[in-house]
Amino acid sequence: MTDRVVRWPGTELGPKDLESGAVTTVRYRPEAKFAWSAGEAISRFLAELQKGRLIARECKGCDRILFPPRMFCEECFRPTDGWVYVRDTGTIETYSVSYLDTDARRITEPILVGVVSIDGASPKMGIMHYFGGMTKDEIRIGMRVKAKWRRPEDRVGSVLDIEHFRPLREGER
Amino acid sequence: MRKVAVVGAGMTLFRRRLQETGKELSFEATRMALDAAKMEIGDVDAVVHGTAPDAFDGVHMKGEYLLDGSGGRRKPYMRVFTGGGTGVFSTIAGYWHVASGLADVALVVNEEKMSSCQPHPQSVFAHIWDPILDRPLKPNLVWIFAMEMNRYMTVHGIPYEDIARVAVKNKRNAVGHPCAQLADPNITLEDVMNSELMAWPVRRLDISPPSDGAAAVVLASEDVVRKRKLRDQAAWIEGVGWCIDSTMWTDRDLVFPEYVNRAAKMAYRQAKITAPRKEIDFAEPYDPFDYKELHHLEGLGLADKGKAGLMTREGITERDGDFPVCPSGGLLGVGNPIAATLGVKVGELYWQLTGQAGKRQIPNEVHTGVTQAWGDLMQYGCVVVMGA
Amino acid sequence: MKVGIVGVGITPFRPSTPEFSWKELMYDGAQRAYADAGIDPRTDVDSFITCAEDYYEGFGIFDEFTPDQLGAVLRPMHTVGGDGIQGLANAYMQIQSGLADVVVVESHSKASDILTFNGIVAHGLDPIWNKPLGGHPNYIAGLEMDAFLRGSGNTAKDCAQVAAENRQAALLNSTAAYGARVTPEQAAASPALWAPLRSLDVSVPADGCVVLVLAGEKAARKMEAPPVWIQGIGWASDSPSLETREWVSPEYARLAAAMAYRLAKVRTPAGAFDLAEVDDKFSYKELQHLEALGLARRGQAGKMARRGDLGVGGTLPTNVSGGSLGCGNVLDASGLHRTAEAALQIRGDAGKHQVDGAKRAVVQSWRGLPTATGAVAILGASG
Repeated sequence: MTDRVVRWPGTELGPKDLESGAVTTVRYRPEAKFAWSAGEAISRFLAELQKGRLIARECKGCDRILFPPRMFCEECFRPTDGWVYVRDTGTIETYSVSYLDTDARRITEPILVGVVSIDGASPKMGIMHYFGGMTKDEIRIGMRVKAKWRRPEDRVGSVLDIEHFRPLREGER
Repeated sequence: MRKVAVVGAGMTLFRRRLQETGKELSFEATRMALDAAKMEIGDVDAVVHGTAPDAFDGVHMKGEYLLDGSGGRRKPYMRVFTGGGTGVFSTIAGYWHVASGLADVALVVNEEKMSSCQPHPQSVFAHIWDPILDRPLKPNLVWIFAMEMNRYMTVHGIPYEDIARVAVKNKRNAVGHPCAQLADPNITLEDVMNSELMAWPVRRLDISPPSDGAAAVVLASEDVVRKRKLRDQAAWIEGVGWCIDSTMWTDRDLVFPEYVNRAAKMAYRQAKITAPRKEIDFAEPYDPFDYKELHHLEGLGLADKGKAGLMTREGITERDGDFPVCPSGGLLGVGNPIAATLGVKVGELYWQLTGQAGKRQIPNEVHTGVTQAWGDLMQYGCVVVMGA
Repeated sequence: MKVGIVGVGITPFRPSTPEFSWKELMYDGAQRAYADAGIDPRTDVDSFITCAEDYYEGFGIFDEFTPDQLGAVLRPMHTVGGDGIQGLANAYMQIQSGLADVVVVESHSKASDILTFNGIVAHGLDPIWNKPLGGHPNYIAGLEMDAFLRGSGNTAKDCAQVAAENRQAALLNSTAAYGARVTPEQAAASPALWAPLRSLDVSVPADGCVVLVLAGEKAARKMEAPPVWIQGIGWASDSPSLETREWVSPEYARLAAAMAYRLAKVRTPAGAFDLAEVDDKFSYKELQHLEALGLARRGQAGKMARRGDLGVGGTLPTNVSGGSLGCGNVLDASGLHRTAEAALQIRGDAGKHQVDGAKRAVVQSWRGLPTATGAVAILGASG
């Protein structure tokens, strides 16, 4: 590789070279818009969210309660058997304290986000969501949490119908 | 099964922004690999191209767009795409082109031009998430790595220091790499541990930032190696394996990369390796984040679960250590133009095994190496074992 | 070692499938193929392949969203950015290398999820030389049709014949989305939106999923359906640049066919096959491809069409499935669909559009605008 190769190809540009016009560029914004059919399982999932409920599917082949719900079991490769409501409480499986937003811009108030496994579903079955009602120093793996739902009139059939998951209080289910 | 060897490799500089177009980058890497293999494009029977999200280069079906720069004109040309796994996977696809007998010589070219994406390639990563379950939360790619890193550290009780140490090792290793974007001979553990907190527990220097680049390797059958007298510059592919896990990443425990483990087992079985840590001399696991090197070493069966950090701590994985890991400098040190990481993974194995790694040459004799790439939503593992 | 198709699954093509997510559509295709092959994907399959493009799906890394619905969780799987026959080629090579005995190949179109289809097609154009010109991407097909007609001597009327015939043929194919009693006169009178290309010369996108199960000889003989053997396979790409590619006779098709013919030991293609399924995303493409494959002499394909040679009872039944014009354009699943159709023909399972005594078929695909890439597969009842 090394000794015989004199020139390594590639011409480095600086951060401002594109904007300043130091190099010729062509700009284009594609027309790329999509609307994905949610399908049977997720349509029901979203409808239930609007009603303030979490729903799963049961597979009797492997005895699992699958959440988020799906019409086929990926382990057994067979249609799932029925709808099962699960609770809106769960456990934090993992989390991050993010100082970055979706476009990688810095934010000062961190976002607490992670995976919450849902009570009533099979172990480890969960979703990603925000965590709230706790500080970045209080959040920990294993914390028991409960969904904070938006007001019924503000729900639209989205995972955001839940505002975040907050610590489960003493005596709560 | 027909024996297949890598007989030449090439790569461009890895930089945050390169002036060359994707076609030109592909051409440069291809030309270099062909020159190294003492061949011309007419000697190539088939071309495999590996490149990751089209959205970076900004062209739909970008495999088609890049084919002329990749030597694919009027040849059987095929693009494969397994997210970040493409860096090693395209070699596996090239391997079966030759092992099947359909080609005697296959060219594998990987390219990535992330800088085309404005204002920042990060925004492409908004589109890798499930549109209904994940995207409404406006996730940043770093989140998912942070969540996996947290799970890994917490379940095993791994101190952050052990993870940061990997970034130090690789960025220092990269000083010997002529294409490196991020080499730093002076970087310290404190630099990494005090770098800007992005999404706890991930800090800026734990991550490899976006890059432009291209790399290529030439694969040849045993007959071709013999006829063209390329044995001295041949490194043989002894085992390949690949595996994908469920899309439902929130239903999986991220603490261990099962998909890497299965891919490794598949490759080791083919290579007749039963005790990987003993029978393999060095490794180039995928290291887009420092903790991933450790995570993947465990997935590859080269370290016990939760224990890979000890190897770095004890200096075992230094280039002059007992079991060098990422002697190239890896993605953390050289750069991460997604699919073009072929150059620091398969490419590095090739150069080390054929004694061509120059300043980076591992001082101990090496006969067998393993490389691995990872991709998709914490989902994809592919492994190649090579020997000389 | 021989490689055969041992399972075929095709979901009925439809203009849209709002009741299915793309995952559910893929599951449907897969379960049909596995039922046909009599296999359990969790235990009987060594490798899975999907043929897809991010921008057709609307995702940054479509590969992520594929395994669960095909039974491929924690199994070897990969995505090919290519046509379904290119996917088949990968499966063929995996089996020939000894890496796998049974391989599943899937491809689908969920074009109804794409709100800006023409925008996506246009996004495939060269960003420096072509995108700035704007315009509806079908202008490229219009240019090629013009060059082809001038260069080959085929006529616009010949193309109208194809446009009508394939849509009519689709009426006998229950899979097809766009079967219609269109006449050549109607086709010839449809608006010339990208002259000489007329609107009925253009296939319309449809949703659908096709899954094939391939097996090496030993494994194939153990399965339920009689294997349809892949006697030859080839694929090739001409220059991606519009400015430097061959316009009159598609080199990609000629080279892909040459490779497949070599493997299948076919020396005189004309007369070697009982049926042909060639790409017809635009009507002129059918004629262009027949000639490039050596199935019709230069300038003669159109005459064959008008003589009725290309119908079910003709000398070279061509696109009796209805092709893309009649079934719908299923994007990169097109080649896989035609392969499935040809396989069903050779099994004698093609129902109302069965070609009597079909024993050997040639299948050809093209990736669509703006590519110059295509593949060819030769299928036969014997190895």
